[in-house]
Amino acid sequence: MTDTTLSTQESIFTSTARDWSSDMTTFKGVPWGKAMMWIFLLSDTFIFTCFLVGYMVMRMTVTEAWPVASEVFALTVWGVSVPLLLIAIMTFILITSSGTMAMAVNMGYQRRKWAVFWLMLATALLGASFVGMQCYEWSKLIIDEGIRPWGYAPDHDLGAPQFGSIFFMVTGFHGLHVSVGVIYLITVAIRVVRGKYDHTNFEIVEITGLYWHFVDLVWVFIFAFFYLW
Amino acid sequence: MATVEVPYQETVPLHHPKTWIGKYIFSQDHKIIAVQYGITAMAVGLVALILSEFMRLQIAFPEAGFMAFFTADHYYQAITMHGMIMVIYLLTAFLLGAFGNFCVPLMCGARDMVFPFVNMLSYWVYLLSVIILMISYFVPGGPTGAGWTLYPPQTITQGTPGVDWGIATMLISLAVFIVAFTMGGLNYITTILQARTRGLTLMRMPLTVWGIFIATFLGLIAFPALFVSAVMMLLDKFLKTSFFMPAIVSLGSKLEYSGGQPLLFQHLFWFFGHPEVYIVALPAFGVISDLISVHARKNIFGYRMMVWAIVAIGALSLIVWAHHMYVAGMHPSFGFFFATTTLIIAVPTALKVYNWILTLWRANIRITVPMLFALAFVLTFIVGGITGLFLGNVIIDIPLSDTYFVVAHFHMVMGVSPILAIFGGIYHWYPKLTGRMLNDTIGRIHFYFTFIGTYAIYFPMHYLGFIGVPRRYYETGISEFYPVAAHNLNKFITIAALIVGVSQILFIFNLVHSYFKGKKAPANPWGANSLEWCTPETPPRHGNWEDRLPTVHRWAYDFGVPGEEKDHIPQTVPRRKAS
Repeated sequence: MTDTTLSTQESIFTSTARDWSSDMTTFKGVPWGKAMMWIFLLSDTFIFTCFLVGYMVMRMTVTEAWPVASEVFALTVWGVSVPLLLIAIMTFILITSSGTMAMAVNMGYQRRKWAVFWLMLATALLGASFVGMQCYEWSKLIIDEGIRPWGYAPDHDLGAPQFGSIFFMVTGFHGLHVSVGVIYLITVAIRVVRGKYDHTNFEIVEITGLYWHFVDLVWVFIFAFFYLW
Repeated sequence: MATVEVPYQETVPLHHPKTWIGKYIFSQDHKIIAVQYGITAMAVGLVALILSEFMRLQIAFPEAGFMAFFTADHYYQAITMHGMIMVIYLLTAFLLGAFGNFCVPLMCGARDMVFPFVNMLSYWVYLLSVIILMISYFVPGGPTGAGWTLYPPQTITQGTPGVDWGIATMLISLAVFIVAFTMGGLNYITTILQARTRGLTLMRMPLTVWGIFIATFLGLIAFPALFVSAVMMLLDKFLKTSFFMPAIVSLGSKLEYSGGQPLLFQHLFWFFGHPEVYIVALPAFGVISDLISVHARKNIFGYRMMVWAIVAIGALSLIVWAHHMYVAGMHPSFGFFFATTTLIIAVPTALKVYNWILTLWRANIRITVPMLFALAFVLTFIVGGITGLFLGNVIIDIPLSDTYFVVAHFHMVMGVSPILAIFGGIYHWYPKLTGRMLNDTIGRIHFYFTFIGTYAIYFPMHYLGFIGVPRRYYETGISEFYPVAAHNLNKFITIAALIVGVSQILFIFNLVHSYFKGKKAPANPWGANSLEWCTPETPPRHGNWEDRLPTVHRWAYDFGVPGEEKDHIPQTVPRRKAS
């Protein structure tokens, strides 16, 4: 019994090694574009990691108090202050968009072009509404709460000036990713129904999806670090 | 798994342009892009070379009348631009942009990079970054003079040259360069992983490709740190955020910054900066391995060990960065950790050096020009590597920090060594690229001037460092620790530097002259085995191969195999059935 388990394990390792180092392609059946997107996302991960590490260093080293997230990011609805309401909606929307994206990928492999189109368009719309809400959030922070990239408006001092700096920088960089993703989604969706990818297996939908899921995953980290910490 | 009869690699249609502009300017052919990268990198490298000559003249003859125009600001701007150009815009761009583009598809038996259009964009964005960098000299205040490490707070406080505009052009240029590098790098990695030809397993790839592969991988995970630090510093400069800027009094007035962390910049910068050393070194290692094996007519000693050494160096290089920061004021136990990892990295590096030497042992060495450069590389790298062991130790580093010993060390290990590898590679591949041989005599004269000249420059600098001469000083008078002998040594170094600088004209002349008047090159002048020497035409046409891609049957190092008639067996020759 143990002998067979061991030999199976060995063969898995050796066969993986043989597969990876074999000729032609290292990752079997993976189109070039998909491999390239994965490698790009690895690189992009390091960009966001550096931003988030920068944020953690700021939190540890600033000399003044850090503003309380649940108060800063509260939304007043019918006179009641609800913490993190807007962010909860934004997060829900972005995760929903990942769901529609996954459905689009599935439809792509079934070659149902119009289903792909509408699902990708829905994903793009959800993404665009996320960016819109982020604009609303930013303007609320800037106008109502007096938070500036370089600190605070004169009568709104909440503590460490790095709060606004790092918040606007990181969420801005993420919002830029979402905006680029929306344009990317719409472009691919139109090209799909125009038949530009008919000779392929519609892996472009999955490649777009990889990027979109990545942007979504990054948001989960940003959400945890900026709003829950 | 069943064999695929017609692989995807063979079915991809290539974009064949009809116009001259499409063929040679906005070309998607990896060989043309390699030449474009190479020429741009060399041109900008010449600017950096001239800047270094001005610096040397200033150090040696501070009182001379002809240096009167060269102010302290000019000196610091020259230091900064020289360092940044050499490290990033010359070495990285040449080794990965030029060699990477030329070698990867040819050595992998591919028709081109996987996404030629992205590859073309990569070059044009690189050119844009170079142009932005050069604009530094035409903006008010000139380029930044903060030193190539751009440490805050001095980089963006008044008193540093170029604090108004130069720093912005520098940081924007770096960010643009990173975009260009990412587009190229994604192409190299995907091509190496997914577009190799029949029979070319990872463990049959020439070491040049391995070096480029791991170096590109390092670049893709190290450059993001530089990108982030550039973005944050731009915000600090223009939006007055306080990421890196502590509360500070400058020129008698309190600045609007407060609570920032200057050490964060150093950590981010060196998380890029140390892997950068290996981004430059690993392709050089690969090129040198191939050159030594080919010109010594012997298989590379310990091929597998060489591959794993490259991988190990790449992995270790990501966890050694803070050895650049021993005197920066970090916690001392960090120094302990980073000194340990730094010394461990010497193990795979030493393995590589031993393997080169064992490859040479009892080999049938042909002293060709590329071989001369390869041998010089090994020597220079040993010198630079051993002084690296000194500086990796905290207790030895602290007295040597910011002296000429450091300057000598890093110029030996990542200035001269990669340049020698680049020269060797150019002399080696020029016949395949152009179809003409480079002039041998001029090549040899160029080699001896460069090799002996660089030793004349950098060897004495070690002694200057030992007696404590600080680096980056515009002018030093005669003092207790700065004796007349040191001044004389500086004069000697400057004269050597001028001779080396002028002798590079020989190289450029050789490149240009041989392109038109050189001897016609045979398809395989060095008797090498790797795939680029098996192309049906010399120089290879667009698409490199016939309708069918080549099939690889063996590794690239079958030299002097016992019982064979020829002394080398190209990778495309089938293995004989065991009798």
